[in-house]
Amino acid sequence: MAYKIIGKDLTPPDIEAKVTGKARYAEDFRADGMVFVKLLASPMPHANVTNIDLSKAKKVPGYIGVLTADDLKQPKDAGHAILTNKPAFVGQPILAIAAETEQAAAEALDLVEVSLDPLPFVIDPLESLKPGGPNAIEGGNVANRKGVKFQEIKWSGKEFAIAGDETLPKGTTPIDWSFGDLEAKFKESAVVIEETFVSSANAHHALEPRSAAAYWENGKVHVWGSTQSSSFAVPSLAKYIGVKPSEVVMVSEFCGGGFGGKGYAYPVMAIPAFMSKKLGGRPVMMRISRAEEFYNGSARAGFQGWVKIGFGANGRVKAIDAFVVQDNGPTGGFWDFRNFGDASSMVFQPESMRYRGIPVLTNTPPKGPQRGPGENQTANVMEPMMNKAARKLGLDPLDLRLVNAPGGGGKNSKFGEKQGPVTSAYLKEALEQGAAAFNYREKKKTSGQRIGNKIRALGIGQAYHSAGGAGFDGLVRITPDGILHIHTGVGNLGTYSYMDTSRVAAEVLGYNWDRCVIERGGTKANMPWNLGQFGSNTSFTMTRTNYAAGTACKELLLEIGSKVMGGTPDDYTLSDEKVVAKSGGKSITFADAAKKAIELGGKFSGAEVDDALNPMTKASAKALGGTGLVAAAKDKLPKKGVVPGLAAAFVEIELDVETGRVEILDYLGIPDVGTVLHPKGLAAQVRGAAVMGFGLAALERYVYDPEYGRPSIRGLYQAKPPSYLDVPAAMQSLYVKGATDPQNPVGAKGVGEPIMGAASSAYLSAISEALGGHTFNRVPVVADMIINHLNGLAPSHKPLQVNCQ
Amino acid sequence: MTDMMHVFEMLQPASLDETVNLMAKYKDKAWVIAGGKDSLDWFKDRVKRPEYLIDISNVKELSGIQDNGDHVSIGPMVTLTELNQNKIIRELFPVLADAAGRVASPQIRNSGTIGGNVAQDTRCVYYRDGFPCYRAGGNTCYANTPTAMNREHTLFEAKRCVAVTASDTAPALSVLDAQMVISRDGELRTVSVGDFFVGPEIDIERMTAIEKDKGDLLVQIRIPKTWAGSKQYFEKVADRQVWDFALVNVAMAAKLGANGAIEALQISCGAVQCTPRRLQDVESLVVGEMPNQELETLVERVASRGAKPLNYNQFKAPLMSQLAKRAIRSLSVA
Repeated sequence: MAYKIIGKDLTPPDIEAKVTGKARYAEDFRADGMVFVKLLASPMPHANVTNIDLSKAKKVPGYIGVLTADDLKQPKDAGHAILTNKPAFVGQPILAIAAETEQAAAEALDLVEVSLDPLPFVIDPLESLKPGGPNAIEGGNVANRKGVKFQEIKWSGKEFAIAGDETLPKGTTPIDWSFGDLEAKFKESAVVIEETFVSSANAHHALEPRSAAAYWENGKVHVWGSTQSSSFAVPSLAKYIGVKPSEVVMVSEFCGGGFGGKGYAYPVMAIPAFMSKKLGGRPVMMRISRAEEFYNGSARAGFQGWVKIGFGANGRVKAIDAFVVQDNGPTGGFWDFRNFGDASSMVFQPESMRYRGIPVLTNTPPKGPQRGPGENQTANVMEPMMNKAARKLGLDPLDLRLVNAPGGGGKNSKFGEKQGPVTSAYLKEALEQGAAAFNYREKKKTSGQRIGNKIRALGIGQAYHSAGGAGFDGLVRITPDGILHIHTGVGNLGTYSYMDTSRVAAEVLGYNWDRCVIERGGTKANMPWNLGQFGSNTSFTMTRTNYAAGTACKELLLEIGSKVMGGTPDDYTLSDEKVVAKSGGKSITFADAAKKAIELGGKFSGAEVDDALNPMTKASAKALGGTGLVAAAKDKLPKKGVVPGLAAAFVEIELDVETGRVEILDYLGIPDVGTVLHPKGLAAQVRGAAVMGFGLAALERYVYDPEYGRPSIRGLYQAKPPSYLDVPAAMQSLYVKGATDPQNPVGAKGVGEPIMGAASSAYLSAISEALGGHTFNRVPVVADMIINHLNGLAPSHKPLQVNCQ
Repeated sequence: MTDMMHVFEMLQPASLDETVNLMAKYKDKAWVIAGGKDSLDWFKDRVKRPEYLIDISNVKELSGIQDNGDHVSIGPMVTLTELNQNKIIRELFPVLADAAGRVASPQIRNSGTIGGNVAQDTRCVYYRDGFPCYRAGGNTCYANTPTAMNREHTLFEAKRCVAVTASDTAPALSVLDAQMVISRDGELRTVSVGDFFVGPEIDIERMTAIEKDKGDLLVQIRIPKTWAGSKQYFEKVADRQVWDFALVNVAMAAKLGANGAIEALQISCGAVQCTPRRLQDVESLVVGEMPNQELETLVERVASRGAKPLNYNQFKAPLMSQLAKRAIRSLSVA
């Protein structure tokens, strides 16, 4: 379909503020009488606070007040407290001090005397599963927010003994599913790969720490916060603060990185609100330091796992038997481990599969979703194994992947435990088109060759993430000046998907983009109820809501046309921002229609709305009532099956066998996104995801001292996210041509996450190729691992050791 | 952890005399700050809290690079970028220019100084986190327990402390026979680079000859022209290509005879012990030898001899050997 706005490179309206530094992030706000809080963090990984002595702290000039766990009504999750008297990880906030200046707050904090009674702690999930092993939380060691209740599970000494030190022990798990005849499929396999693996936890390390500020006024709490999602953060923030969502006024215009760690509100975000309440509503600013961001900014879950894969002679994946122990942190965590099963089933379309998983609590920072949570760990583990299998079968790694990849639109593709349908799938086409553009077959001829001290090698990666939801709301408004206001509750994570999804409403109405305004940035923008900006979901889900709102607006315009000019709505059409009679001649402008809508009231002005709408949308429509033609609509479009965000990637590296240094020579990422909404935005996503993926694969470290339960990577220079010199200056970004998702009104779906996992797993596959097929079965593959391998030294870590790279 | 510095008084002397007087006046209550790249981390973590900061950025005597005939003098306030780009240094001592150019990131090099780079404290994470270790005046080492995470720590000369030098320029100065001029109460003394960097066997609480509590101040670095124009080499291996400390680095200066044989050679590695480590086995091996593949193999064999790896740093030994080999290999490249 030829679109007027969709697929065009539009300039995001807030980009100038970002480039010039005028953008105001949460910690940039100031208000008269503002006070500052600093947090006292637990120095121990697990302890009881037995006493807090503030006598010296209170004497610091400028000291104003303290907030402790006793002042708060905490959320239910154990270990997920806002403030706590029972810290479950080093860095967990115990109390907050408010003072006239940050300096005074920090001085006072130094003088607080907290008595702690240490409790047993654990940072290695397997240690907790051992008979008599420590529990991270008193009373239990297993829990997950998705379907795994808090409980204690210990495996038998025999199970550990049978496994030995180099293989994952396999005891009972709360999650255990399968399909197909696994045993028979393994029997008919030509090659079976069986490996124990470790995938390290990984901190989000958002560049903007989660600073927040708050004050109370007229019974409402006003919060400046850093969040990926605007609408979606409001109810969770209200819950933390203990108020109704309608009592929260939230400003979240900009977000300096979230990667999933700011998808909704989070515990520390509520601290300024509580402190302000205690201080009679006085504005309170809480600036979060880099180290505090590490501790409270969540992390990708680590895996200890085992997988057995059976391949037919042609490379077809006949059977996958997978087992994942997840480092869940001390809270409900996230369900990364479950996604291992889903992602494997999607990308490799196995003929049979069993998946077992167990989320184990540890005294490390809370684990949360990070870009491709679980799916990208899966890619990193599985893709090098595909290379290993290809080597054994005498196949090209590309051909092996082509045999298995879901493609042709996905009509025959199946997903997950239930082997249900998918909306569209073009991974095979991504591999084919990507390989052609990368000149893969030609380059492959010399892959693995050593010239001097360097080996060139190619890698291919693939990844998946569920990329679409349904049932959210859209809200648009035409004001009497004829301007289209597109209200959005999508956040401003940096991908500009708030703009790219909003444009669909303009497209439906035939607007010129310069006559459109995006209303966003918090509750004052009168947001519709939108899904959070996460999970590669925004493109699919919020194009649907904007399509629904645009369509509703169109219907109202046509109806107004018939009321003003006679006949029925069917007699009219929209053209050039006018309601025009199909028969020609008569027309009214959208501006006049908006004036008429105000006059008509009722469903035209927002006074009456669909009862099916979310209360947030209803309130927003009502607040906008009388300002123009207001159209609010719920996405009721049909949706059946999983929306698979899919991507493939190709990388060429050069590995120096003397220093272990890996240089990326060329990279190409190719996602299956259906219709491209914003070419430049997509290209930036593809490249940015690759950078982050290379970090996940080989650079970013997550190290804890097991004796003290403390990290050594709380600073960026220690954690080592990729720098601009660690990636090639130019990286290729493509997308699958000819793909479209039939369950999206404009054919679009998202890809923010899989394109990262595709990059990271391609990188890891390339390292494996460079090392003659050696798989480390451990991510990240950091420099020392490569150097040890090249020099015939055993790895420094034990096979199943965690938090050590 | 709060990133909130303590309250201090900032003093900004405009001359060396004034600086010396302030240091004498405030003694151990004072902290000299140059580029601040090391100091500010300590302050933001509130581990070190001096009452007075003496900012020497306005002291003209401490800046500039000069060719003084038989030696080149470098003011400690010369930034790493300046050092990297300076024509004299690039021509005569490329090993030092290259080393300066590989420190951290462009932003850090623009404000970080050569004085700060050589005088910086170690980056042992236990020590930086404020653990009461030997180096911090305590009575244990947290980085050398059976389970300690010590990938970045020492291979050699562990004496209670296993921390390493973090400096990229130190090995370069080491092979150039630099002389370090130190002022104490206005009296100047010159210390050879070999004596400037001190290990835990000499003093576990400092890394250089500079004794802060006695009012010592590095006022100049002098590089004799002994190695000017010689064949020089610097290489650093780090996890990242920018904004990272070395896993191992190597610096070398060598003189070749008319027949191409090595007449004299000095080679040093950083990040493998508390001080830059001169590879004496390599130096004694190569003199009189032709730089060729056979020699490279022998160098590789002896370069890290005697290394005593900790739990997680065994990789540094082969890496060190490889870097020494590459340095020698550079001599046979036309």
